Amino acid sequence: MTQTLRPATAPAPARTLRARVLWLGIAAGVLALVIAASLALGARDVPLAVVLESLTTPVPGDNDHQVVLQQRLPRTLVGLLVGAALGVAGALMQGITRNPLADPGLLGVNAGASLFVVLAISILGVTAPAGYIWFAFAGGALATVVVYGVAALGRGGATPVKLALAGMAITAGATSLLTLVLLTNTTALSTYRFWAVGSLAGRGAGGTADTIAALAPFLLVGGLLAFACTRWLNLLAMGDELARGLGVNVARARGLSMLAAVLLAGSATAIAGPIAFVGLVVPHLIRPLTGPDYRWILSFALVLGPALLVAADVIGRLIAQPGELEAGLVVALLGAPVMIAIVRRAKVSGL
Amino acid sequence: MTSDVHPRTDGRGTSAADPPADRPRTRASGSTNAGTVRRSDTPSQPDVSADPAARAPAQRAGHDLRAEGLSLAYEARQVIADLDLHLPRAAITAIVGANGCGKSTLLRGLARLLRPTGGGVLLDGRSISTLPARELARTIGILPQGPQAPEGITVAELVRRGRYPHRSWFQPWDRSDDAAVAEALTATGIVDLAGRRVDELSGGQRQRVWIAMALAQEPDVLLLDEPTTFLDVTHQLEILDLLLELNRERGATVVMVLHDLNLAARYADHLVVMRAGAVHATGRPDQVLTEEIIAEAFGLRARVVPDPVSGGPLVVPIGRFHTTPPDHDLPH
Amino acid sequence: MTSTPALAPSHGTRAESANAVRRIVGELARRRRRRTFAVLSVLSGLVLALAWLTLSWGGNAAAVLDYAATLTGGGEGIGDFRIGTLRLPRLLLGALVGASFGIAGALFQSVLGNPLASPDVLGVNGGGSFAAAFAIIALGLTGPVVGLAAFLGASAVATAIYLLAWRGGVAGYRFVLIGVGIAFAINAGIGYLLTRSAENDVRSALVWMVGSIGTPRWEQVAILAAIVGALLPLVVAVRRRLLVLQLGDDLAGGLGARVEPARLTVLTVAVALAAGATAFAGPVAFVAFVSAPIARRLLPGATPAISASALVGVLVVLGAEFAGQHFLPGLEVPVGIITGAVGAPYLLWLLATGDAQERSA
Repeated sequence: MTQTLRPATAPAPARTLRARVLWLGIAAGVLALVIAASLALGARDVPLAVVLESLTTPVPGDNDHQVVLQQRLPRTLVGLLVGAALGVAGALMQGITRNPLADPGLLGVNAGASLFVVLAISILGVTAPAGYIWFAFAGGALATVVVYGVAALGRGGATPVKLALAGMAITAGATSLLTLVLLTNTTALSTYRFWAVGSLAGRGAGGTADTIAALAPFLLVGGLLAFACTRWLNLLAMGDELARGLGVNVARARGLSMLAAVLLAGSATAIAGPIAFVGLVVPHLIRPLTGPDYRWILSFALVLGPALLVAADVIGRLIAQPGELEAGLVVALLGAPVMIAIVRRAKVSGL
Repeated sequence: MTSDVHPRTDGRGTSAADPPADRPRTRASGSTNAGTVRRSDTPSQPDVSADPAARAPAQRAGHDLRAEGLSLAYEARQVIADLDLHLPRAAITAIVGANGCGKSTLLRGLARLLRPTGGGVLLDGRSISTLPARELARTIGILPQGPQAPEGITVAELVRRGRYPHRSWFQPWDRSDDAAVAEALTATGIVDLAGRRVDELSGGQRQRVWIAMALAQEPDVLLLDEPTTFLDVTHQLEILDLLLELNRERGATVVMVLHDLNLAARYADHLVVMRAGAVHATGRPDQVLTEEIIAEAFGLRARVVPDPVSGGPLVVPIGRFHTTPPDHDLPH
Repeated sequence: MTSTPALAPSHGTRAESANAVRRIVGELARRRRRRTFAVLSVLSGLVLALAWLTLSWGGNAAAVLDYAATLTGGGEGIGDFRIGTLRLPRLLLGALVGASFGIAGALFQSVLGNPLASPDVLGVNGGGSFAAAFAIIALGLTGPVVGLAAFLGASAVATAIYLLAWRGGVAGYRFVLIGVGIAFAINAGIGYLLTRSAENDVRSALVWMVGSIGTPRWEQVAILAAIVGALLPLVVAVRRRLLVLQLGDDLAGGLGARVEPARLTVLTVAVALAAGATAFAGPVAFVAFVSAPIARRLLPGATPAISASALVGVLVVLGAEFAGQHFLPGLEVPVGIITGAVGAPYLLWLLATGDAQERSA
């Protein structure tokens, strides 16, 4: 649609179906490489052949097999799920608010989740990371519901600007309360500061499978709902009035997209802790490849989100040996230069 | 020092034996134009520029704006290369051309919103790149396409912002500013709307507000980028009548990018047809709007007949599914 | 229909009708000025009331009056210590910090045309936090040096954002996006520091990063007052240019504003204010972010609302200070914790109801 409006002289990027499929194939290839690296590399490098062997014919006593199956496979899986959820949620949020700055954190998910986790630690005495899941999920979801509710109240409904402002306000309030608890409760501080840097490792030690199993329904429903909403997002991108004129129930479209984003981002935060940047930067990486069609943006997010997060995890394992840097930190430290480069090169204003 | 309200009294326009000096230059640039557009019937520019001056007993001499060897580019993308153009003083000039041919870019270059990569724009013989920004803004005003009003701003507030170039740190708001704002509101017929919020207005009203803002600036040369887009036909005519009045009553030079060839032919004294970043033809509408030039510049087959209202040229596009009827006079 | 231009139907009365229009325009401007004046007066009144409450709380009214008398040559000195040494400097520093953040936020949001673009969201305050946390945790510093580090950190980040956003000019959206990117990276850096150090250091860094006024000495008040005093004329000077910058780069350029220098000036002033306040109180959370939207919803029209933002900033900080000192007995809560907790619900309430008010106004 929009491409046809370009003057014929402008060198429009090739966004034919073939080009998009080709790019998607390349992205999938990158993801495969990243997964292989994630299984093979770390404090103890395992040859790829052994990795394959451990997956097909595991030998119980083998050290390498142990490392791959019990440490690297779970965290890679966590990375895949969390990365995909955050990438898709970020694209949804940017579509809903028509603001290139939107990401799950901006609309209050991270702050709400963090506050509830801290309250769980300090008031209820929950200390096992597995116990945080539901608090994180509930906190994130509640924060987003409040954000959406407040924005939808006044005249004009949930406009992009009001959503973003309300999200920041909730973040402000929750962060304040959270800091108050942290300053008065030593246990909370010592536990929380490690949860607060999102990581793929040691989340629900020994219980990763349980965590994922518990949240899988939410991820699945959120994902399906997200793709069901893409048609509306494409129309919302042209402005509320035009969308309404084309027969979209704008309030419902925005509400359902929001629900999908909450399910995805809430689950991701529950699994891995607050991870910034993936939701923000992945859509920006994608748009130059796909154009503004949300069906493609979401499809790419499913592939590039995990690739980015798992790659960050691998890098974190490699650069800080013998210790490691949490994926949440690496993503932000490496993602920032990437994002700056994108912003400098492209005209990102087209949202 | 510059406490006098009306820039028209600043004597710059009438000073120095300027006008006689540039008549010949006009002719010269007209002939170079003709050379570049491969057209033998050179549009006689001196005639054109003399014409409106004769019709409008100009209260002021107006300003002379010309581009010489002007090249403009966005980043690395060259849009306009080595363009010569003379805009007749105190006349209405319409710039027409196909989408993407560089009309808006040219307008931005004329207003110094784009720094030329080559050549320059001369205002009364002085390069505009050497003029102080505010002084230039008192002479040349520009209304870009699709301007965005700040959220919640009222009509009066927006129009007042047009006074920026007349005020400075040492010259606070005074009665002359109030007078200019009042005049701009009156001329555009939006006095009743003065207290309303701009974002609550209709498209036609909003466009009049923006023009009022440009009028409050009191420029002698007003550049407008598609001032009638998105307006219904009544409002289009209203805006153009307003600009015509501005030109005839105050001798303002109006330069506008227009899409509607027939409105351009009706309202412009002087027409500039652009094609692929270059001036394709210039001159009086009846000289320039020929079937041949339209075909060259727009790739459009069209008939040109006399406008039953103004007597000027009327462009009737043909399209794919109609052919020229054998009877020229009765197309029915 | 009704709005068709009645272009001076009878030319004879043209002068008269011009006068009438001028009266209408003048009346509108007067009405707006009255409303602005009323809002500013109410805000100032609230600030004064809050100041009185802060100083005299706990049966110290007599001491305050006595201290005031001391200043004019009388008095018996009963207010010297409690009021003159403890409460007044703290009150003044809080007010200066609030005003600085309020103005900085208003300038950022107006010049960048994005309500999310305040120094705390764009990583400028974060730069201060990171530098201070680094000074505390990694270098083991304390005292005013930490403030200096914060000032340098905030300025360095702002400069970096501007330079990175420069591409033959700094478009607003590019500045904002790069700022957000840098903010994320800085937060990661802070997260790294916090997870790799001893708990005690973490606590003091946390207190510093959340922002607190503490018990400042008069010298500190004087220095910040001098900084703000030096910057205020610049704020007044850039305000007019801000009005045309709000119209977009093309129109602003067409109106004779030199867009890029103007934007740079506005940003520099805003960063200096934010960094200055951060040096003395830490990056008090969300004062810069929350003040201007509140102020703008109280005022009609589309002004940058600089004075009102400053007053709202003062109110937020002083109110949070007061609440932090007295609401939880036996526990002094840092101001930055309350600012978010107080400012956020108020902004939410404005968002939910504000538009209706604007209409009736």
